[in-house]
Amino acid sequence: MNRQAQAVVMMFFGGAILKASLTDVYLRYVKEGLRPFLIVAGALLLAAAVMTLYHEFRPPRDGAAGDDGHGHAHHEPRVGWLLILPAVGLLLIAPPALGSYAAGQAGTVLAAAPADSEFAPLPPGDPVPLSLMDYASRAVFDEGRSLTGRTLRLTGFVTAGPDGRPMLARMVLACCAADGRPIKVGLAGGVSVDAPVDTWVQVVGTYSSRVEKDPVNKADVPYFEVTSWQKTTAPRQTYE
Amino acid sequence: MEALAILLVLLVAFRTPLAGLVSDPRLQTWTTVFVSVLVQAVPFLVFGVVLSAVIAVFVPRSFWAKALPRHPALAVPAASLAGVVLPGCECGSVPIAGSLIRRGVTPAAALAFLLAAPAINPIVLTATAVAFPGNPEMVAARAGASLVVAMTMGWLWLRLGKSEWIRLPRRPDLDDASRARAFWAACRHDVMHAGGFLVVGAAAAATINVVVPEPWLQGLAASPVLSVLALATLAVLLSICSEADAFVAASLSQFSLTSRLVFLVVGPMVDLKLISMQTGVFGRRFAFRFAPVTFVTAVVVGTGVGVVLW
Repeated sequence: MNRQAQAVVMMFFGGAILKASLTDVYLRYVKEGLRPFLIVAGALLLAAAVMTLYHEFRPPRDGAAGDDGHGHAHHEPRVGWLLILPAVGLLLIAPPALGSYAAGQAGTVLAAAPADSEFAPLPPGDPVPLSLMDYASRAVFDEGRSLTGRTLRLTGFVTAGPDGRPMLARMVLACCAADGRPIKVGLAGGVSVDAPVDTWVQVVGTYSSRVEKDPVNKADVPYFEVTSWQKTTAPRQTYE
Repeated sequence: MEALAILLVLLVAFRTPLAGLVSDPRLQTWTTVFVSVLVQAVPFLVFGVVLSAVIAVFVPRSFWAKALPRHPALAVPAASLAGVVLPGCECGSVPIAGSLIRRGVTPAAALAFLLAAPAINPIVLTATAVAFPGNPEMVAARAGASLVVAMTMGWLWLRLGKSEWIRLPRRPDLDDASRARAFWAACRHDVMHAGGFLVVGAAAAATINVVVPEPWLQGLAASPVLSVLALATLAVLLSICSEADAFVAASLSQFSLTSRLVFLVVGPMVDLKLISMQTGVFGRRFAFRFAPVTFVTAVVVGTGVGVVLW
């Protein structure tokens, strides 16, 4: 692998990182907070590629750098070719954010009670929009005290529950999609949400005291009493 | 060069069929995880590479002689503690350790730094505290156990290590008369080299992520011995960034705290992408000895601390 090829691969890879972080594509893979670092890293990769080409086409004046000036003499790392793969993945395939397949593989994240188990009263609103994580923690650790009597609205994608009935889920990221874990909420009530898996839906309803165990990790999965539902588009940030 | 250009043109031309190929949910999840491991690691890789290029080109050799205790046995703990100042994950520390050895730092100290830095820096410890709100002792246990493992490995290297196991590739470009030229050559080389091995590791981690079913793992949680071994192995296979592994450990709630501590101690020191990167930077003879011994040490120390605490 000569130095010009390395420069081109670096440019391709850096360009892919830069493009993904300047659009919203990066949000499918990592947290929003990483964006400035991604932009700087992408720019540095491009700079390294440009400087490599610059030095390649302007050999040193004294010519005493210990090589033949073309970079073919040394053993250059061939493993660098592999960097084309993630660049192709980002630019040409741009795989979607994790969905129901990943949600079915792993157990729900609702494992430990938060340190401050004092739950603030819900904000005003009818219905009140809540994240799945917020609903699930309030339902399980606060026995729904702060939820009763209110109409709530949850947003998530449809995934198949252990009994085959649809559940609502979202993926929670700590860092990147490799550590993505689902937060799951079961759907109860007379209205059945019959949308195919991975469809994004908004459900409106109330607190249900029913709690089941996730068969994967035996963690609690709270249920939600659905009164109405509708399809929606995936939010800009699909992860919670 | 021509082949590369043709390849790129072909890839752009066949864009639609390529995207259509990955409609299978397993393959799609694999691709997402593979890409995301790399996107997550890129800033750390690039900053680690730039820092290691600065060390290799701009920091004079005499600096390290002054900064670290002269006696190698004392340089090991000093280098381990120095890991506190490197706020990053393990992808960045491999090229940095390579640079340190190249600049005359005793390998034992550089290796102790390599093991300690990703585990005990403030970002990782804060993440651990956030992930284990009910068990604040987990933070101290993680930092303590990781430091002990790093120092043990450094001292073991002093007793048993052979310098010929480490084969740093010859790099005449680093001695270039022009500093700028040497700096960019070091950056290019390390990005291509460490980055290429990172791709191998990310592919392996994505495969494990998709293939290993979690319910099967949960079956092992009941036995105290099996659970420690299962999570230690999982830490190696999953290759999660050290800044995120605490959250994964927290969600493995079926497992004992001791086994989760072992997961947190092993992960930043031995995993598929690290083994792959260490093979690239230090050579195969080194990595195939260093990784298994580190693994055993980390499991023993982690279990020991866990048994004392819980």
